[in-house]
Amino acid sequence: MQQAVQTGGLRLPENFESYGEARKKGFLHMKELKEQGKRVVGMFCSFVPTELVYAAGALPVGLCAFSDEPIPAAEADLPRNLCPLIKASYGFALTDTCPYFYFSDLVVGETTCDGKRKMFELLNSIKETYVMQLPFRRDEKALAFWKDEIVAFKEKLEQTFGVTITEEDVRRAIQAKNRERDVMRRFLELGKLNPAPLSGYEMGTRADAGSFSFNLEERCDKIEERIREIQADWEANYKDTPSTRPRLLVTGCPNAGVREKIIRAVEEMGADVVAFDTCNGIREKVEKVDETNPDVYDALARKYLNITCSVMSPNESRRTYIGQMIDEYQIDGVLEIVLQSCHTYAVEADLIKRYVTEEKHLPYLNIETDYSQADSGQINTRLEAFLETIMP
Amino acid sequence: MSFFTGIDIGSTAAKVVVLDEGALLERFVLPTGWSSKETAGEIARRLAAAGYPADQAKKIVATGYGRISVDYAHKVVTEITCHGRGGSALAGEDCTVVDIGGQDTKVITVEGGTPASFLMNDKCSAGTGKFLEVMANRLGVDLGELFTLAAQGTPLEISSMCTVFAESEVISHIGAGESRADIAAGVVESVITKVAGLCARHGLKGRVVLTGGLCESAYVVDRLSKKLGTPVYAEPLGRYAGALGAALIARGMPAGAPFRPAAG
Repeated sequence: MQQAVQTGGLRLPENFESYGEARKKGFLHMKELKEQGKRVVGMFCSFVPTELVYAAGALPVGLCAFSDEPIPAAEADLPRNLCPLIKASYGFALTDTCPYFYFSDLVVGETTCDGKRKMFELLNSIKETYVMQLPFRRDEKALAFWKDEIVAFKEKLEQTFGVTITEEDVRRAIQAKNRERDVMRRFLELGKLNPAPLSGYEMGTRADAGSFSFNLEERCDKIEERIREIQADWEANYKDTPSTRPRLLVTGCPNAGVREKIIRAVEEMGADVVAFDTCNGIREKVEKVDETNPDVYDALARKYLNITCSVMSPNESRRTYIGQMIDEYQIDGVLEIVLQSCHTYAVEADLIKRYVTEEKHLPYLNIETDYSQADSGQINTRLEAFLETIMP
Repeated sequence: MSFFTGIDIGSTAAKVVVLDEGALLERFVLPTGWSSKETAGEIARRLAAAGYPADQAKKIVATGYGRISVDYAHKVVTEITCHGRGGSALAGEDCTVVDIGGQDTKVITVEGGTPASFLMNDKCSAGTGKFLEVMANRLGVDLGELFTLAAQGTPLEISSMCTVFAESEVISHIGAGESRADIAAGVVESVITKVAGLCARHGLKGRVVLTGGLCESAYVVDRLSKKLGTPVYAEPLGRYAGALGAALIARGMPAGAPFRPAAG
């Protein structure tokens, strides 16, 4: 049993690795893998079917996008009022400060939003960037189009790496990824336990840092081990100690770049973030790829088109799922994080707010921010006030 | 004698309210200056001089941006909750509190005397007291004079979303020889428009009460009422709403119980 250490109000395991530490450690590991001849595909978004990358015998890796360090450099080429994630993605590449970008044999983008779609055109002049065209609705036409895009991506991988990807390769990759979805889902659903068995800070960090541990099997084994530890710890020490800490659901944009100033901050103020309706949360894990579908590409297309990201329109399924999570995780309040200039989340936020406050009758707070520290004082005031409305 | 103290150290002014079980015993306001810590010390001296020394208070609650500097407070509570509680003590238990502060503006929905939801302006001083201060300074008047001037003018358009750019707009109006009254009216209108925008975004429920220093200007209250299309309630204690809310929380008064200021 790991000794839990109290760090500024957060309960973290002794050997806890921050996102930054995991990212750094991954650099060295990746360097070794490259030296052994491994091929690497860098990507930015969960819409890219990593199954095909594994099927091509390559490794997928999430590229750096979560720090404000390279943003000033990026702003030399990109407009300032663009989302920080896009600016950081481009800035890391431009300043050559993301080793994963450096190690990537191929970079894959997707047309999830206008800013990214156009940024990839610029990125392409730094390193070849293959872009998948994502449709924005979920109907038969869109599905057929997306399936074609998935097949085209498979062909691109075959051509880039000089390999042939068989259906059997894809099937094996689907099984491995489905196992990962299953394991991560069980890990994230630990948040359903009341009182909360671990901090949302740890939960989100582990979910994001997973991409830096390149052996999928090992990654799953490690998370399963942590699940067992947490469950045992909870049974022994927390199960019968009711907690008054409000239980929050975090929704909205990718939050790795603001995890310290929002998620850690609100947990240190006395709340528990127990549920994530986010890219790194349950959103991509909740639906697996159908292993019984005889057409593997159709199966992939269906699964990925159903991701409940705000770029999809309409996107009622996100609200439905938030509603389910509110009930299953016994949520007391919903915290939506919107990165500045992320239009799809900013606009959809109004629908989420109405759904949460009018249909689920819960407090809702929307925080719009970027990766800088400039607004952390104001954010703290809003978070504190939000908790005061939950526990008057 | 048992008394409860609420201290609201805002970005521009610090407000203090002392209550006993039934009435308001003391209130005062002082400029925050450059150090909240010194302000907190000055407040302690003035409280002692008025006969309400900090160490004899039953409970002290601090709020506002400088709340953590009040090292003799028993509890710190955010200005959002305090303004909600204080505003609702003045306007009724179901109301919307609009606070135009020195550094930010907030709209707070109060239900049953308890703040239920709120919206704050973004990290920008447009639509806040700071904007008015900067513009008054540019026009060479103080805030009171700005409102007097504005009342005589026809608003000129000031459309910039940013205080720095809006100041350039004011400078070009000055350069173009526009009347000070029209510019002043434009400046106030710009703030009112932004505050009304925030209100529209959040939604108004019940009586609307304006708190913060600007509630003392009949002109501001009138303009805001017209813009919102609903009468805005204001009273002299509105400036103290945050401190009053803090004092009420200190007193552990049940949420929503009516508050009556002492006569005089």
